[in-house]
Amino acid sequence: MLSNIDLQINRGEVLALLGENGAGKSTLVKLIGGYETVSGGTLQLANQAGKLEPLDTSTWNHAKAEAQGVILIHQELNLAEQLNAVENVFLGNEIRRGLFLDKRQMLELTQEYLSILDCDIDPLVPVGLLPVSVRQMIEIAKAYAKNSTLLILDEPTAVLTARESEALFELVDRLTKQGVAIVYISHKLDEIERIADRVVVLRDGELIGDYDAKTLNKDDMARLMVGRELTNLFPTVAPPDSTSDVVLELKNGAVPGLIYNASFQLRSGEILGFAGLVGSGRTALMEAIIGLHRFSKSSTLLVRGKPVSFNSLAAARDAGLAYLTKDRKGSGLLLNMSLPINFSLFSLHNFSNGLINTKKEAIAFSEAVDTFEIRLKDLSINAGNLSGGNQQKLLLAKVMAAEPSIIIIDEPTRGIDIGTKSQIYHFIARLAEKGHAIIMVSSDMMEVIGLSHRVAVMCRGQLVGILEGEHIQEHEIMRYAAGLESQLTEEGEQACA
Amino acid sequence: MLEIKMPRSIDLKTAGPFVALIALFILGAFVNDAFLSSGNLSNILARSSFIGIVAIGATFVITAGGIDLSVGSMAAFISGCMILIMNSLMDHIESIAVLILIAILASALIGAAAGCINGLLTTKAKIEAFIVTLGTMGIYRSLITYMADGGTLSLNFTVGDVYSEVYYGTLLGVPYPVWVFLSVAIIGYVLLNKTVFGRHCFAIGSNEKVALYSAIHVDRVKTMTYILQGVCVSIATIIYVPRLGSASGQTGVLWELEAIAAVIIGGTMLKGGYGRIWGTVVGALILTLIGNILNLTDMISNYLNGAVQGIIVIAAVYLQRGAWRKQAPS
Repeated sequence: MLSNIDLQINRGEVLALLGENGAGKSTLVKLIGGYETVSGGTLQLANQAGKLEPLDTSTWNHAKAEAQGVILIHQELNLAEQLNAVENVFLGNEIRRGLFLDKRQMLELTQEYLSILDCDIDPLVPVGLLPVSVRQMIEIAKAYAKNSTLLILDEPTAVLTARESEALFELVDRLTKQGVAIVYISHKLDEIERIADRVVVLRDGELIGDYDAKTLNKDDMARLMVGRELTNLFPTVAPPDSTSDVVLELKNGAVPGLIYNASFQLRSGEILGFAGLVGSGRTALMEAIIGLHRFSKSSTLLVRGKPVSFNSLAAARDAGLAYLTKDRKGSGLLLNMSLPINFSLFSLHNFSNGLINTKKEAIAFSEAVDTFEIRLKDLSINAGNLSGGNQQKLLLAKVMAAEPSIIIIDEPTRGIDIGTKSQIYHFIARLAEKGHAIIMVSSDMMEVIGLSHRVAVMCRGQLVGILEGEHIQEHEIMRYAAGLESQLTEEGEQACA
Repeated sequence: MLEIKMPRSIDLKTAGPFVALIALFILGAFVNDAFLSSGNLSNILARSSFIGIVAIGATFVITAGGIDLSVGSMAAFISGCMILIMNSLMDHIESIAVLILIAILASALIGAAAGCINGLLTTKAKIEAFIVTLGTMGIYRSLITYMADGGTLSLNFTVGDVYSEVYYGTLLGVPYPVWVFLSVAIIGYVLLNKTVFGRHCFAIGSNEKVALYSAIHVDRVKTMTYILQGVCVSIATIIYVPRLGSASGQTGVLWELEAIAAVIIGGTMLKGGYGRIWGTVVGALILTLIGNILNLTDMISNYLNGAVQGIIVIAAVYLQRGAWRKQAPS
């Protein structure tokens, strides 16, 4: 996985690890954090006096690492969902008074940590009920509570909003001033520009460069990661002409408790971006369209002009609609199953006339491997062992195997390296050129602006505006997303209030 | 050309139950010469078929992430129903063959209905399968006790005489129950491994949410597994009733645990997502073999049958866990 990496991490600095998916970033930090064993080489950690002492790599594990202040926050959240924020923050690290837990002190400390993170929640609610971004903040508070000397953050902002990310960066600043060393992994290059002191680039398991962050700009970083020049990250797709068919139309879309008011039209050949803050109802709206939630009676959903009401995903699929979930590990792929089984799962009826035709399935899969450029030496591994980028491509292949004409993609490139991102953008563009209609839900402002023909913005369960042409700009999208502006009539506004 | 392969570690695991079966077989041959007699072997096979058939149904339920604890009571209840139906219709229907066919049909219907109830309570009422089937287990057990008025329901002698052919008769020297067992196993294998339904069972047991987002009718498939289980119980009952010609509150006691044990020994994962019909068949044979060998030897008391079975189940699960830990992505 990794070979020959020499790396020093200094007190009080933010070291950014850059690299494409599968470059070995997560593996490297797992070695340091004690979640994987080193097969060769040495690991040294500074003691209280600041002198480096070699560690026994064969017995190094995460419990020892945490005891020494080396704390890794995983890409995937590791909270006990039934427990509340206080219990999670002090899990395994509880403060006792005599035999009993000192609940009051733990509550006060948790409140203090969360306020540093600008995270205003009730710390006594089970964290499973809180949004993902808040859970990430609790995870960070938990690491903070442990008095770390080396804090490793593996893509902490993938699920955070811009404001929450900013609160995190302020915490990082505060920690580095206290002398804590930070290792930071992110695919968001502007973040790295904002907080990193040093940038280390990995490619294919090797360390290919160690740079002073001041000497690099975003373009340099992207080039170093990929190892080649990146031209036109966002392909340009001619917008559909006004005569092309409206394939999907929603009028007065409402789902009790989730969506209050959403109306839009989608034409074939069009890429319609959906922007909005986390929790603004974008995913809920898409899930309602494909039949996972019920629209209220006043809503009308038209597919190619015909009113429809899907009571299952299968019905939506048979009408030519497909939805790519944003949660590829939780609801996209069977991680402990083989790639072909994952590939055919959404369109399995196409491969069966009573019995599954495994030959046909295998042929279709190997074609998809080519079409979607799933780059793998060993195709017999399970989906869970794929890198994020390959997982996303497999998910795309799985959904496209049903040959949908209307494709809803939720967060198409979350947690994916820039090279794969570019491939996925080009793929979406090709689909649109072929006349597919595409909805792209995304929290990545760059891709919404770079790829969409029009941008619908949602705010608190309402579709508050659709921007076109020169209006597709970051600050304008933000104004709608934040609820400062709306194209809804007074009447529509009131309906939701 | 690519092939659809299950995770590689399972290839090692698949051999496990077969190796154990062969080892037990050799052990049996050493322990007592009578073990290899054709009478003893066909007895082992026939006895395995009840639990085996029930366990094949359980393989579907467990693969799809569920559990059914009610199968033993259900078998007793269906036995009781069949006997009552045959006894009460005797005076109205002349042909005993027709009478038996009616009872068989009723058995299948009751089994399917009972499975359907378990399935709908699990999927529509969203109650955990463990609790639903724990409840129905108690209900069927007390119903059969009530129907038998605390005693034993006996099949009319004339009917029993004709019906007993189903258990004691042979084809090509092999008892009918064994043929039924084999047929159910083959159908089960094809259904689980070669059809869309089977693939959906794997998917649901592996991750229900992924299955839902893959346009699978999760509730429908899960309910179907319970219906299949009910039908399997009814088939087992159909060949069980002629064996004794009676049913009581003690009929089918602990069948659910033996069936689940057979499934687990065979390599199916209790948490769902992976199931093997032939493993289950071997698992059922292993359980019967243990009892048989203990019967034929003085070294270990026959009373310790349950203990030996228990050790085998725990060992099987331990091996399963170990193999999966190595497989899990780190």
